[in-house]
Amino acid sequence: MDRAKEELVLNFQVQGRDFQGAGVAASQIRRVLKQVGFDPQVVRRAGIAAYEAEMNIVIHAYRGTLSARITAQEIEIVAEDEGPGIADIELAMQEGYSTAPPEVREMGFGAGMGLPNIKRCADGLEIASEVGRGTTLRARIVIKGT
Amino acid sequence: MKLKEVQRILEAEVLYGSEFLEEEVQAGFGCDLMSDVLAFAAGKVLLLTGLTNSHVIRTAEIIDAGAIVFVRGKRPDKTVVAAAREKKIPLLCTHLLLYESCGRLYRAGLPGPSRRRG
Ligand SMILES: Nc1ncnc2c1ncn2[C@@H]1O[C@H](COP(=O)(O)OP(=O)(O)OP(=O)(O)O)[C@@H](O)[C@H]1O
Ligand SMILES: [Mg+2]
Repeated sequence: MDRAKEELVLNFQVQGRDFQGAGVAASQIRRVLKQVGFDPQVVRRAGIAAYEAEMNIVIHAYRGTLSARITAQEIEIVAEDEGPGIADIELAMQEGYSTAPPEVREMGFGAGMGLPNIKRCADGLEIASEVGRGTTLRARIVIKGT
Repeated sequence: MKLKEVQRILEAEVLYGSEFLEEEVQAGFGCDLMSDVLAFAAGKVLLLTGLTNSHVIRTAEIIDAGAIVFVRGKRPDKTVVAAAREKKIPLLCTHLLLYESCGRLYRAGLPGPSRRRG
C-alpha cells in the first residue's frame, strides 16, 4: 500500500449548547494526531483550529459534526453545522466581533477570537454559510517537508 | 522555571501533580478569557487564571500547557481536578491575585509567551 496516500478520517457529533461535552471531539483529534507522530507544532495548530471550530458549533449552532481528514501531506478540519448561519462572514472574521451571550462569556469564551485564531493556525480557511440553515468551515494545515 | 519554584514563589498549594514539580514551564500567561489563551499562549506555558470550570482544563490541554495556577484563592471542584488528573495537567492554587502572581513570577525570570498579536 502507498503510505503517502493513506487517509485517516475521524468524525464526531457535536451538540449545540452542550458545554459539558464541548471540546471532547477536538481533544480526540489531537490525541490521534499526537499518536500518529505529527510535529508538536502541527498538533497544536490543528488542535486549536478543531477546538475553536467545535466551540463555535456548541456556542452558536444547534448541532453539527467535526471531522478531521488526515494524510501525510495535510490535515483538514471540517466543522459542519445546522444553525443560524453567519450573515456577514467578513465581519465575523474580525477580532473582537462576537454575538455570544453573557453566559458564554462567563465561561471564558465569546471574545470574538475564535475565527481569527483558526485563520492564524491554518494554511487555508474556507467558510460557507447560509443564514437560517448552517455553516461549513474547512481549515487546512499543510505538512511541511512531505 | 521549575514548577516547584512556581509553587514556592506563589506560596501555592498543589491540588494535583506533586510528582511533576521538577518539570519546567517556559512562559507565563495570566488570563480569565479562554478565547485569548487559545489565541496568544505559545510554548510550554504556565496558565494563571481565576476561572475554575472544566473549560480551563480543556483549553490547557489543547495548548499543551505545562500547568495551571488558580489565583485569588479559587478552587475548582472535584470533577475539574479529576479531568486534570486524566490529562496529567498539574494544578496549583494560590491566595494571591492575578496581578501579583504574574508580577512575582515575571520578576523571578518567567517571561510572557513570545507570540505577539496578529
Ligand atoms: N458555526 C457558527 N454558526 C453561527 N454563527 C457563527 C458560527 N461560528 C461563528 N459564528 C459567528 O461569528 C462570530 C465570531 O466567531 P468567533 O469564533 O471569532 O468568536 P466567538 O465564538 O463569538 O468568541 P470566541 O471564539 O472568542 O470564544 C460569532 O460570535 C458568531 O456570531
Ligand atoms: Mg468562537
